[in-house]
Amino acid sequence: MAKAYTPGLKVTNRIKHRVKRILPIPGDVLAKVGDVVSADDIVAETFMPGDVEPINLANLLSLPPRDVAECVLIKVGTKVKVGEPLAQTKGMFGMFKNTYNSKFAGTVETISPVTGQLILRGEPLPVQVTAYISGKVVEVIENEGVVIENEVSFIQGIFGIGGETHGPIVIACKSHDQEVTADLITSDMKGAVVIGGARTTADAIIKVRDVGAAALVTGGIDDQDLKEFLGYDLGVAITGSEKVGLTLIITEGFGEISMAVRTFDLLNTRKGDEASVNGATQIRAGVMRPEIIIPLTAEEIAHEVEQDHSEGLLELGRPVRIIRDPYFGLIGEVAALPTEPAVLDSGSKARVLEVKLDSGESVTIPRANVELIEG
Amino acid sequence: MTKIDPDKVKVILATDCGSTTTKAILIQQVDGEYRQTHRGEAPTTVEKPFADVTMGAINSITEVEELADRRLIGDDGRIIQPATENEGCDIFISTSSAGGGLQMMVAGVVAQMTAASAKRAALGAGAIVMDVIAANDKRRPHEQIQRIRELRPDMILVSGGTDGGNTTQVVQIAELIAPAKPQPRFGSEFTLPLIFAGNKDAAPLIKDVFDESIDLSIVENLRPTLEQENLGPARDAIHDMFLEHVMAHAPGYDKLMTWTDAPIMPTPGAVGNILQTIAQTQKINVVGVDIGGATTDVFSVFDETFNRTVSANLGMSYSISNVCAETGMANILRWVHFDMDERELRNRVKNKMIRPTTIPQSKEALIFEQAVAREALRLAYIQHKEFATTLKGVQQQRTVGDTFSQEIGGQTIVNNMKLNLLVASGGVLSHAPRMHQTAALLIDAFEPEGFTTLAKDSIFMMPHLGVLAQVHPKASLEVFTRDCLIYLGTCVAAKGLGKHDKPCFSYEITGETLNESGTINFGDVKLLPLGPDETAQVAIEPAKGFDFGAGPGKRVQRKVTGGTVGLFLDGRGRPLKLPEARSESQQTMNRWVTAMELYPEMEAALV
Repeated sequence: MAKAYTPGLKVTNRIKHRVKRILPIPGDVLAKVGDVVSADDIVAETFMPGDVEPINLANLLSLPPRDVAECVLIKVGTKVKVGEPLAQTKGMFGMFKNTYNSKFAGTVETISPVTGQLILRGEPLPVQVTAYISGKVVEVIENEGVVIENEVSFIQGIFGIGGETHGPIVIACKSHDQEVTADLITSDMKGAVVIGGARTTADAIIKVRDVGAAALVTGGIDDQDLKEFLGYDLGVAITGSEKVGLTLIITEGFGEISMAVRTFDLLNTRKGDEASVNGATQIRAGVMRPEIIIPLTAEEIAHEVEQDHSEGLLELGRPVRIIRDPYFGLIGEVAALPTEPAVLDSGSKARVLEVKLDSGESVTIPRANVELIEG
Repeated sequence: MTKIDPDKVKVILATDCGSTTTKAILIQQVDGEYRQTHRGEAPTTVEKPFADVTMGAINSITEVEELADRRLIGDDGRIIQPATENEGCDIFISTSSAGGGLQMMVAGVVAQMTAASAKRAALGAGAIVMDVIAANDKRRPHEQIQRIRELRPDMILVSGGTDGGNTTQVVQIAELIAPAKPQPRFGSEFTLPLIFAGNKDAAPLIKDVFDESIDLSIVENLRPTLEQENLGPARDAIHDMFLEHVMAHAPGYDKLMTWTDAPIMPTPGAVGNILQTIAQTQKINVVGVDIGGATTDVFSVFDETFNRTVSANLGMSYSISNVCAETGMANILRWVHFDMDERELRNRVKNKMIRPTTIPQSKEALIFEQAVAREALRLAYIQHKEFATTLKGVQQQRTVGDTFSQEIGGQTIVNNMKLNLLVASGGVLSHAPRMHQTAALLIDAFEPEGFTTLAKDSIFMMPHLGVLAQVHPKASLEVFTRDCLIYLGTCVAAKGLGKHDKPCFSYEITGETLNESGTINFGDVKLLPLGPDETAQVAIEPAKGFDFGAGPGKRVQRKVTGGTVGLFLDGRGRPLKLPEARSESQQTMNRWVTAMELYPEMEAALV
């Protein structure tokens, strides 16, 4: 059978997309089914138990641990303020009492007779979940969150840093193969999702951040530039929690590489529209890729035709991207799928396919080294 | 599980449910000996949409059925037992690392003592240790509590204190964990198991610290005295909890558990089991390594003491960028014998990290990946040596003769001169196009000294055999010796350093197929043909300052066995050093590549 499963990145002009917005621990859901929400709306909230501060009163007051409980002035379950007396020794004949004034605010949770340690729990910490994309609430998961649905244009990147954000799409590059340089970045891009073309320079990323843009989406980046921007060398691709002032999404990979024409053209047609983006990437079991979600307006829904989303089958004629050197980044279509494994230049034996490149040249590639361009 | 009469066992079926692939092997008695006869594999089905691990197991077994022409699965969808002439099996066993394996947090009072022992117990049981909390780990209590809150382990192991010692500090550790209210990884519907294996006098106090949100079990102290480690009961408890809690919540495992004739073990725990069995029965010291995409596991048995480490971020795909970040590009490039553009390489490394399933297509890419592998293995072995130590905190009994000895507790027990067998497994080692490359990677990264046999696990069968060793040791050992290992050959290496082009040692080899003598200069390596099942007597006369196990400059004679690669005579010295200047390092590497016959068909243009 000339079929194999090779998942690729999704680039589609119209798809019905659902996002699950869930609290990390149970709480209150603020939205109901049928509500129309926008990206910034809070759909669920809860309070996490506050931070814990252990206070070793036995040491602080030079008491045997078993005597600590009777010297604590605040009852278990009661709040204490900063500076308020928390415990006091009995002293001698009612004199020479030693007092400990609390350095932290919180509620007394436990007092240990074994260690003489008092556990103080801080104020509950609020946790809120926003809608992230505009759309309609189609499901409420009791005490956990909601599912939001909308018709959107959807683009997956290959790698990103920084978390969820949103803003209007602004195109910085004239073509998919133009480098993103600092001179292309202007102050009116504040709050925007800036679309580049090929590799971004280090100066350009810094300028995107400095003008206050929400995100930069482009084809490639040099590893050295990423390292300088982050301030450290990224060891594993588990990202999303970086606090670097913007969300950065790379659509193709590292090095001198242009954004796929299809991706660039799609983003170009959505110029000015509000996009929700997330740079979070997790490349482990249960892969998570960065995403660009652009909800469609009613007019656009009427206009855009939903594409056929057949996924994952490597078949003759399907467009593929080569994802490993020596042909890294080149795009072509499947020309042949020989069933027998072939010996590669490396000496290894592997199943291969033939790819007809856009240039007309035909090359043989291990099947593991291509990915489908999915739409 | 039914009682098994070992003498009646003719057919054994074993599966290993990995994160991505489930592998099944069939072992049959052939002419009175147990042999591995067939093998099948299928994607693991623990994740949605299947969410039933038995589907992948059945698929892999079906492949074995077809290859062996033997019906193994009955109409009821279960494995046919016992075996008859043409169908079924007598024993069915399984291991599992699906869903990321067993993830644990461990805690102890002193990082170098009870916490280190707890970590050893957890690693030995096959767990990934997410963090070690100790009273002296330099974090403030609220930072420790915050960390515990962030982690979502499958279970927690708490130790601390020697029996009869102070109870306060160990209770203090428990008092950090209780208010943190750690959440289990797999949802909130099951209570988090916590094993206490510390000072027995503290056990009743520990019970008072935890409420019903923790499933507490108390076992014997894993460090009853400073001089003694007692890891067995804690490891057993980890395995029990793994089955009762973690496995029972993984989709389909409840079903799989009722099929097996021995408890399902975490895959690395089973690998440790077989290596310990081999070391015990053959009275040898063994090191095993399994290098994967994300992590590298190193196992060692020296003088019957078993240790395992997991280097969490040293791997060949997901973690490849981390290997480069940790060791530096210069250290990787020293293993490459031609020019490469560093900027380009850095981008390639990141591209491999974000598309981890790609494979090297060109010879140049392969050589670079093997250079990275050398560094990943080397770093993982350094971490292992630092961890596998004699017990720390032990008062050494000293005689007058020891007065000037600097040795203290906490010395590594890994001794490359005493190492008899080095076993490789994992993609980059197992799938190298030439076995010469596998052997070279092992020698360059582990730097064995003296006489060391090199082998690779043919089809990653060690996990299956590790569980089998518990129910049928004879079958397990027979298959291990005959089918599991592919012997690559023997490495005879000099310890010590000298001057280039000066003699390092002279050798005289006598055997049925190989008779040769000569001298190896310092800095050189030579590969001689000595095939599988062939042996030879090797007599070594070291130059002054070089050691082969009998002491510097002392003659050694040993019988060596061959393999698919042959006999390496390694005069490059230990520690193994390459010149710092790039051009000199390339020249040196070029000589070694040629001598070890690593890339014989390589285009002249590259060299």
